[in-house]
Amino acid sequence: MINMKRRTFLKGSVAAGAVSAAVGAGLLTPRMVLAAWPTAAFEAKSVDSALDALSGSHALEGSDKISIRAPDIAENGAVVPVSVTTSIDGAESISILAEKNAAPMTASFILGAGTEGFVSTRIKMGKTSSIIAVVKADGKLYSTGKEVKVTIGGCGG
Amino acid sequence: MSSIKIRAKEEGGVTTVKALVKHPMETGQRKDKKTGKLIPAHFIQEVTCEHSGNAVMTALWGAAVSKNPYLSFKFKGASKGDTLKLNWVDNKGEKDSAETQVS
Repeated sequence: MINMKRRTFLKGSVAAGAVSAAVGAGLLTPRMVLAAWPTAAFEAKSVDSALDALSGSHALEGSDKISIRAPDIAENGAVVPVSVTTSIDGAESISILAEKNAAPMTASFILGAGTEGFVSTRIKMGKTSSIIAVVKADGKLYSTGKEVKVTIGGCGG
Repeated sequence: MSSIKIRAKEEGGVTTVKALVKHPMETGQRKDKKTGKLIPAHFIQEVTCEHSGNAVMTALWGAAVSKNPYLSFKFKGASKGDTLKLNWVDNKGEKDSAETQVS
């Protein structure tokens, strides 16, 4: 009888353990990720509303301390290499937007404490458009833009 | 095989990280040429890179980042031999991670 109880107890605790492991691995993780990922900013159809959703403001201040390196003419809009460098002190994040894409917000990079003001990636562009780099520092948004001509669009294949 | 290729090189106190991830990055706007149906969106939403417990880079991505995405950035404070860990999660909850040593 004592053994039986012990069995039941063991089974019960193993099952409870499995449930909490499932919650931890399968349910909580994606929910946390979704909470962090700013859906509204990435679904916004204009630069202003994307920035409002991401940073709560779209008041941009032009800055010559940001430079965008991207080709003047992109033969293939599916792969446009873009590098953004900034020398603004205390830059917290660098966002890249392609103005004429269906959803302009392309990527937002949150910089760590020792991370330099530099990111490089490759983006898709539907058509000829400005690429806008937005740097957030000390609660303000600084930006600069660069026109990239696209000869073959990368969205809609 | 891991979907991630990552390299980190330290020079003069600054570590340059270069990473390539194998991923389709479907926008959800493209049509399947055979069936005419939209291919569902499937793209990486978040990439994090950690060095000794600190997030040195958190990249939030939309569907307009190119297929097989590339990411490069620089940070201070790492020494040769340190471990750098990169994780990604996509909109379907799929994920992968990889580690590399700073060289």
